[in-house]
Amino acid sequence: MHILLDPFTFSFMQRGLLAVILVGIACATLGTYVVLRQMAFIGDALAHTAMPGLVVAYLYGWSLFFGALVADLVTALGIGALSRRRDVREDTAIGILFTGMFALGIVIMSSTRSFRDLDEMLFGYVLAVTTTDLRLMAAVTVLVLVTLMLLHKEMELTSFDPGYAQVIGIKAAILRLVLLVLLALTIVSCIQVVGVVLTSGLLITPAATASLVTRRLRGMMALAVLVALAAGVGGLYASYYFNFAAGASIVVLCSILFTLVYIWKTLADRWVRPSRT
Amino acid sequence: MIPYGRHLHHDAVPGVAALEVSDLTVAYPDGRTALREVTLRVPAGQRLALVGPNGAGKSTLLKAVAGLLNPAAGRVRIYGQPVGHCRHRVAYLAQKGEVDWRFPISVRRLVLTGRYVHLGWLRRPRPADRRIAEDVMQRLGIAHLADRQIGALSGGQQQRVLLARALAQEAELLLLDEPTTAVDVDTRQVLTGVLDELQSLGRTLVVATHDHARRDAQYNQIVYLREGCQVHLSPERPSDPPPAHSLEHNHAHPA
Repeated sequence: MHILLDPFTFSFMQRGLLAVILVGIACATLGTYVVLRQMAFIGDALAHTAMPGLVVAYLYGWSLFFGALVADLVTALGIGALSRRRDVREDTAIGILFTGMFALGIVIMSSTRSFRDLDEMLFGYVLAVTTTDLRLMAAVTVLVLVTLMLLHKEMELTSFDPGYAQVIGIKAAILRLVLLVLLALTIVSCIQVVGVVLTSGLLITPAATASLVTRRLRGMMALAVLVALAAGVGGLYASYYFNFAAGASIVVLCSILFTLVYIWKTLADRWVRPSRT
Repeated sequence: MIPYGRHLHHDAVPGVAALEVSDLTVAYPDGRTALREVTLRVPAGQRLALVGPNGAGKSTLLKAVAGLLNPAAGRVRIYGQPVGHCRHRVAYLAQKGEVDWRFPISVRRLVLTGRYVHLGWLRRPRPADRRIAEDVMQRLGIAHLADRQIGALSGGQQQRVLLARALAQEAELLLLDEPTTAVDVDTRQVLTGVLDELQSLGRTLVVATHDHARRDAQYNQIVYLREGCQVHLSPERPSDPPPAHSLEHNHAHPA
């Protein structure tokens, strides 16, 4: 029992635990839509485009959270606008936008020669989050959950049948924009836990794992949250006892859980229901 | 309720046709004309067939009426109102829906989405909505599939599910794009039975169809389309037998 409880006698571990729980819940629920709507690339892009915002905020001593948020909201709205035009394909536009922004962030940062802080931005600082960070994370998580609950039936419908949604007067583009804004907020939250580079791991892998097991949207969200929380808490232990990088450990655990479930499902499909072929 | 779209649901203008299309021209995004100056009129309670080869503009016409395509010229009036003012009265069954069949949703819930237009934002389906969905699934012979994920269905079953949703909407005007093309014999029988039933309930049907054998006997009007143009309009006939509550419309003229 001591092995499990000891780490959390430290306040930085307590804050880390709270951060992991808050971010895990937001990432996993929203990540379910990201997976189902095939927005994984956008998720990764939004994480990377936060970089110049983070760097500029860092250099001027502003809040990293709001720096990243401004950069991401601009990108989310930009993607929303670009995807309505047809002269550049959406994935191409996203690719151009996110590598450019990410590189810009690195260039500005490299001029200051502060690579330790760059490390935190890239790979997260879950064990250094402040109480202010936690309040913002809590606000983001509550906002994500409340919005998804209120817009559940419309979000679901536009995800699997945008044509019908349009016939009854629902503007799919507006719901997509809402989703992009929530995604931007969640990603900014998540960057603090696992960093810019690994954010899409926490966003996508838990939801993808859940999608292997269940055929219900709500069940998928619940299961994705469980996976994210298990990986999050496990990552903190790994960091405490083995001195691994916490953010990376969380993402590695997510990937391991996905792999295990994938293998289990492949075997179950082959041996339990061989008659279906 | 807070309706979807900008407009509140309007009541029908009394005494007008269910659907009135005049000089409707629709262009493809690349500028080619998909539909040129089509005019037709469907009194309430009647059935109109849209007939023509692939690419003739049948789907385009239905989409323009459903509000999926904006006309380049001409106008569409549904119960006397512009497109978008009467969404709750119009159900549209796409020929090849854009449905993502892998999405984790059950047949029951998909059919229930037919009720959403009456619920609008924020309201959840009520018990009455669920009952309607159950009844419709029963009628289309898919009640036993209610808990299935929508991807675990045959093509015919999927078509029944989509028609079930259109029926769950309880619309007065139904736009059906090739509802019986490419389905199995059983499904076709169920579907045609349901279409007959709908007309006896006084619903108005506009059906794009390939089903040559049946269409003459089944429809009050047949509109032939070729390359986006109306080539021939058959004389309007009374229903056979005429549904009691649509008698007043039977003397209306085709436009």
